[in-house]
Order: sequence, then structure tokens, then C-alpha cells
Amino acid sequence: MEPLLFDLSRAHRQNSHHDPASWAEDAGAVSQEGAGTPPLQPFLRQQAVPLPEVSELEVVRHFTRLSQRNFSVDTHFYPLGSCTMKYNPRICNTVAMQAGFLHRHPLTSTSQSQGVLACLYELQEMLCTLTGMTAVSLTPMAGAQGEFAGVAMIRAYHQARGDRQRTEMLIPDAAHGTNPATAALCGFTVREIATDAQGDLTLTALQAAVGPRTAGLMLTNPSTLGVFERRITEIARIVHDAGGLLYYDGANLNAIAGRIRPGDMGFDAIHINVHKTLATPHGGGGPGAGPVGVGERLRPFLPIPMVGRDGHGTYHWLTTTEFPQSIGRLSTFHGNIGVLLRAYAYLRLTGAQGMRRVADYATLNANYLMARLAQAGFQTAFPARRATHEFIITLKGEAQQWGVTALDFAKRLLDYGFYAPTVYFPMLVPECLLIEPTETESRETLDRFVEAMVAIRQEAMQDPQRLREAPHAIPVPGGGTSRLDDTQAARKPDLRMPL
Amino acid sequence: MPFIPHTASDVQEMLAVLGVESLETLFEEVPTELTWAGPLDLPPPLSEMALARLMRERAAQDAPLLCFTGAGAYEHHIPAAVWELATRGEFYSAYTPYQAEASQGTLQVLYEYQSMMAALLGMDVVNASLYDGATALGEAILMAIRAKPECARRVLLPTTVHPHYRQVVESMLRGLEIEVVSVPYCTEGGHTVPEVLSQWESRSFAALVIPQPNFFGILEEIHTLTDWAHARGGLLIGLVNPLSLGMLQPPGQWGRQGADIACGDGQPLGIPLSSGGPYFGFMGCKQAYLRQLPGRIAGRTIDKKGEPGFVLTMQAREQHIRRAKATSNICTNQGLMTVAATLYLALLGPQGLRRTAEACHAHTVALAERVCAIPGVTLLFHRPYFHEIALRIPASVPRLLTRLEQQGIGGGVALAPLYAELEDTLLLCATEARTREDCDHFARTLATLLAEEH
Repeated sequence: MEPLLFDLSRAHRQNSHHDPASWAEDAGAVSQEGAGTPPLQPFLRQQAVPLPEVSELEVVRHFTRLSQRNFSVDTHFYPLGSCTMKYNPRICNTVAMQAGFLHRHPLTSTSQSQGVLACLYELQEMLCTLTGMTAVSLTPMAGAQGEFAGVAMIRAYHQARGDRQRTEMLIPDAAHGTNPATAALCGFTVREIATDAQGDLTLTALQAAVGPRTAGLMLTNPSTLGVFERRITEIARIVHDAGGLLYYDGANLNAIAGRIRPGDMGFDAIHINVHKTLATPHGGGGPGAGPVGVGERLRPFLPIPMVGRDGHGTYHWLTTTEFPQSIGRLSTFHGNIGVLLRAYAYLRLTGAQGMRRVADYATLNANYLMARLAQAGFQTAFPARRATHEFIITLKGEAQQWGVTALDFAKRLLDYGFYAPTVYFPMLVPECLLIEPTETESRETLDRFVEAMVAIRQEAMQDPQRLREAPHAIPVPGGGTSRLDDTQAARKPDLRMPL
Repeated sequence: MPFIPHTASDVQEMLAVLGVESLETLFEEVPTELTWAGPLDLPPPLSEMALARLMRERAAQDAPLLCFTGAGAYEHHIPAAVWELATRGEFYSAYTPYQAEASQGTLQVLYEYQSMMAALLGMDVVNASLYDGATALGEAILMAIRAKPECARRVLLPTTVHPHYRQVVESMLRGLEIEVVSVPYCTEGGHTVPEVLSQWESRSFAALVIPQPNFFGILEEIHTLTDWAHARGGLLIGLVNPLSLGMLQPPGQWGRQGADIACGDGQPLGIPLSSGGPYFGFMGCKQAYLRQLPGRIAGRTIDKKGEPGFVLTMQAREQHIRRAKATSNICTNQGLMTVAATLYLALLGPQGLRRTAEACHAHTVALAERVCAIPGVTLLFHRPYFHEIALRIPASVPRLLTRLEQQGIGGGVALAPLYAELEDTLLLCATEARTREDCDHFARTLATLLAEEH
């Protein structure tokens, strides 16, 4: 393995070119009493921070080598279901990293911020158009914070009407874990609604659950099962008739963007994962951004700040002055603006036609891949249904016949140079792989993935142990690690270098 | 078609495999009334060349200012290697490292990040990041409430904490029946004094928050306050500027037992100002509270061959396992920002970090000397500070700030909109990036503008 930075350290090795070489005469004499202030001495650290001491060249080599031990969209097919690992256009990074955006202090006056505010305002408008909502706030910093904003707005709406008995949030059993976690953070009790054998929400279960305690329903459509919730209009009617509101989890927006608008499906609030649908990078776990959009009823409750434009075309921040009923501030400043600029750039590149094609081709790729895998003998979870932008196969049969699991398949795929699909989610489907190819992959890549799956299935039949012990030689420098022991990691947590 | 590689023949052959005539058929399960038939009112697509020009013009629209503004976001030198490496595609375009064996790069960086941050904070364990400093404080408070079921659901939050942080905390806690008590500051010192806390008895609160330095740049009485909270059975949450810890005592060494939770915003560690984000929140704690820590955590383990490697661990705390009973709803965090921070700390090393912190402080002292030589300008508080000062100014501060901006200077933040009692005051900051000429220029300009006011 690559040594730890701490192992590369040598005492007193320095990168003196990063020393600020202060012009203040006594920068090191920190007990100074300049401007009549008392000395700092009682507050000072006694020992130097025990950080590694490594030359810049070694740091550069270390991080370059580490990067090469990753799979990423830029290096590998990454069909991770529910995560929309599409190409992150380099130009979006280039334009967002310009000095004018990068070096701007967040508290700069709006008169000196018209360039960046113009981008954000237009992004708000474009997201309204794309989702069929009335207003958008860009401030949430990830999908889960967007969910928080949406659910908090639903709570605020009921409370503003004096409707205080609505303490339950309805959530399908197949939902992302963030949905129930968010509802709990907003003080709601979670009530699960079952899914039927065709992947649709069970309407009788929904009918039975709704009532005067219902605050709302959180739903992903297409659902996490990779199928479109066909009776969404009826679902919306049932929830609305009971006095509840509908929250749209935008994780799967890539399947429908530009074709179907959540606002038209009856949703009252939505979030958009710009790091999925709008091609901003995932960065190995963020930063993302999770703008929230709402219909007219929830508009007064949107999180601040937002960007407004006056009659002269001048942009300004909207705060609690304009939105006194706002659920408040969710980030120190204005959210992840650097990420939002990338999303803005992407939308300007695609335009309306391009956005609609995104959904079309994401759907074509998923259906093609599903059909090819089905023809090759794999069991799809919902054979009677069309795939959306993703689909599920179940390896239950392979597990019974040859004693290999979905995890074994996933690990073996790594040897073949493919990142693994999402495994064991949704939990409703046993031994499942949730596969999302995205629109940016070519047919050749999809065909190669099918070949790999077929070859692995052949191995499962002939030499199942080969799968159970996978990965064997991941195509990264040094061959990567073999299968890592999660159990030991949790039992004996080693979470940092000992000092 | 941007970023869609399909040729016309690809499409025909793929549709043939599916046995359908057109792409539309693939959407046949969608009720027709839901399909948006109208034109989407989005601007027409731009070429990459046209986009580059548009964004160049937008970026150039706002002239860069000479920055003396801090208030939670600081301009520091960032080694070029930080973002050269952090934006490598292998880091930039990877997902949260679910498949550990194919994500060792990201995971080892996280482990190194956790190690360095733990060393910096003097904490036992650190998570793999939260969104920003304000949400990290909100999560720290929720964590303290969980960790102290025997105490009242109440936290003591000094008004010396960044006002925006306090607003975010309020947004996050609403609906959870947790009382947040605002602790007033001492008007002479600009800090929190134990006397104002005397009404709070043992177990009447779960945690006390102490910012160091506080929003005014003032250093708080960390040892006394930490011991005070511990003596009453509460936790102490230290909210710190990580760069200041190159020089100041780490939260783990506050008082007799150290802070229990440390959190803050990581922006000073190699993250550009970026109009306010993305930054990252960090959080560390004592070992005893590990299972209450929110967010991702990377851990070292071994593989089947006995070789060391890294995984995401302690996942039983998280939303994808525990759902409604999780420690937080956080999923995507600010991963790439921790790659940058790890690079930053590695390139500066212990010496560089200390020298940077010292230069920040020395430059602010030098700036204070210069501006306090102007008639009528005085320090608002008389206590030790770190790299930020609150000043009393004999003029209308909003008008002054506008005039400074017209001269290309970001001249700090007016405190009155945030603290109604602090009329005619200004929060000012000078980091290591401000030269002697910058500070001289600022003081001269300020003197001239103030003279014109009278």
C-alpha cells in the first residue's frame, strides 16, 4: 500500500516557500502588546502541532499515487444506482474556478456581486422551469439538507395554519435512508407505506395511513426500485385530500428532467441533487448542492437567502425582510455557490433540448442494459416493467444455486475494471444490484459491462470461490487491496494515526 | 447533444434490441397527462466557447477587492498544489467510497485527514466532514443532547458565536424541543464571563458552547468556562478556527479535562472564499462519544491477505442503516474539501501552520496600531484577540464601507445589523496575505474618508 504521510515525515523538513515571511517585525514574538492589548501568552499552544513534515514533491507524489488508487467517472464505468455518475464536464470546473468567483468574499456588497448573482438568479429561474415549481432556494448544501428544508417547510406550513396535530410523515418502505432520518430531525414520527409486487406504492396502505395526523408524504419518482410510480396523480390526491403535502426526493430526477415536471405530478416541495442531475462532481463524497423548489403554498417558508431582481435588473439577496415566515438560514453564508456555478454552466450548455435528451438517453441506456442482461439470463426485479434511468437485477437464483452473493458479484466486477452497482439497496429486493448507466456512457461500454457480467456468472458456476474471494487484482497501480474486513474495522475502530 | 455519445445507428440498434420503434415507447408507463408537452423555457444551448466567454464576463463583472473582511471566511495563501491535486479527476469524479477496494485513494486521504485534524484539535476522533461550520455546530448540539440524556434538553449558546451560526442552529433545532439560551457577552471585554451563567445549576443544561476566537476576534476564558461546564455535568463544545490552532491551545487541552466536542469551519485550511461555499464543517470528540458522532468516518482495517487498507466504518450510526434512528440525516458531505485541507496541512507542516497563524495575528496587531492612530478610532474591546478586531468608528459605517469599496477595499463588516447595540462599529481582519503596503493603504484611506466625513 501507499505509505501514510506520517511515515514519510522527517523532523524539521519544511516547505519554506509557504512560509508567509511576515513583514511585521515581531510576528514570532506573540506576547506582543501592540495597540495596548494584553498578552496572548495564557492562550498559546505549548507544543507544536504533531503534523507530518514532508517535502512538496513527496506530497505531490503521495496524493498523485493515492488518486490513482481510486475508481472514478473519469477513469472507469461507474454504474452506481441512485447516484447518477455521469460525466462531469471539465469546462464547468474551469469556469467556476475563475479568480472573479473564487476570491470573492461572501459578505461583499451586492453592488460588487452582480456577476455571480446573475448566474444564481438565472439558475433559480431555470430550476423552476425544469421542475414546474413556483420558486427555488439554492442554499441547501446537499440532497439531505434539501430534504430537511422541504420537510421543515411542510411543518412550518401546518403550524402557520394552526394545524398542530399533523405529526406523521409517510414514507415508502423502499425510500432512501435520508427520508426517515430527515423526518425524524424535523420532529415527525415516520410511518412506512408498503410497496406492491409491481414496485408501485400500495394505495390501500396509503388510504389506511392518511388522516388528520398526516403532515405529508415523501416520495421519489421514479422510485428507488427503478420504476415510474404510475398512480402518482391519485397518490397526490389522497394525500392532499387528507390535508397533507407531498415532498419529492429529487435523487432520480435524471430519469425525467425536461419531460415530466414534479410540479405537474402534484408535488408541493422538491429538492434537486445538482451533483446527480446537473453533472456537478461528487468529489469522493461531496460537496454537492440540494436546491429546494416549492409551489405557491410553501413559497413564504423557503430558506433564506435567495436572489431577487428589481425593476432595474439589479440583483440582491432576499432575506427574512422579504420572507418573514422563512424556515431560516441553513448555511453560514449562501450555500455551496461554487457547486451551483457548475450546475449553472451545465444547464447553459444543455439548454432545453439537451436537458430533455438527458432523460431520453439515460432511459435508453438503462433499458438497453436491462434487456441485454435479461437476455443473458439475469433476473430483473420487475420484468413486466420498463426501466427508468436505472433498474434492479436480483441474484437470488445465483445465490441459491452457487452460493455467491450480490456482494461477491460486486467485488468481482472491480477486477474487471467496473465500479460496482449499488448493492443491497433497496432492501426489499433480495441480493440486488441497482444499476444506473447514465446517458453519458456509450453503447460499447454497456456491451463490455454485459460481457463482464456474463463472464462472472460463468465463474460463479464453475469456480464460486473465485467470486467469494474477489477482488483479486483491481486494475490500479499495485493491484489494489483484496477484500477488506468491515467487521474488524467496526469492532476495533482504528480511526486515526496514534500520536 | 452535449455529453451524449450515441450515433444515429447506435440508437436504431439499441431500440432494435428492445424491440421498440422509438424512444417514446420507453416512457409508455408515464400517464400521458404528466408528460410536459410545451417548450421548456430555458435559454438555448451554448457552445463551450460561448459559455466560457459568458462566464469570463460574469466573473470579471465584479472587481476583486483588497480584502480586510473576515467574519467567518478568510483570505489565506493556498499552495498551488492543493487545487492542482484536489481537482484530479480520480478525486473529483469519484463517489462516496462505498466500494472500499476501488476507493483506497479517497479513503486513505480521509484517514490522514482525520489523523491530522485530531492532532490539531487535540481530540480522540474526527469525522470525515459536515457541510460547514454553522451546521457542524448544530450537529454538535444535537450530539450533546443525545450524549447527555440525564441533563435538561437545553444548550447555552453565547452571543459571541457568529450570528449566522446561531441562526442556522435555530433553523436546525426548531421542532425538536431543545431550548437554546443566548448567553450575553461582557460589554467591556467582548467575551463570555462565568458570572452570567450562575443561574444554571447541575444538569440544567446538556452543553455550553465556547467560540475561540469568538465572532469579535476576542479570546474567551476557555479554561474557566470548560471547568465550569464540567463541574455542572454538562459537555463543553469548542467552536474553533482551525488555523488559529497553529498557535492557540487546542480544545482538547482546555481546562482540566478538555472540551468534549470540537467543531468549526475548515475554510481557512486551503479552501478559497468562493462567495461563501463550498467550505466544510469539521467535528471531533472524545472517544467516549464516538457512537454519537454524526457523518462518515473512515477506518483502517486489513484485507484478506492481512495487508492494511481503509473502509468507511461505524456505519451503524448512519441514515442508510438506522434510518429514522440515525445520528443525523447527512449523506453527501464535503469530501473534496477535506482532500484540499489534508493537502494544505501536509504542505504547511507544523512550522508553516504556526508561522501562518502568527503572521495573521501580527498583521492584525499592526493594522490595529495603524487604524487606532486615526482620531476617534478605538478598539471596542480590551482583551486579547486573534486576527480579527472590532473597532469603534466616528462615522456611519455602512456609508464608509460603500466608499471603501469604491476604492477597491473590502473594509470589513458593520456590526450594527447583527448586534443592535453596536452602532458605529466595524469588524476588521488582516491575514498573512495582507502586506505592509496593504495595511498602510487601508489606514491612509480610512483616515482620508473619516476626515472627509467631518
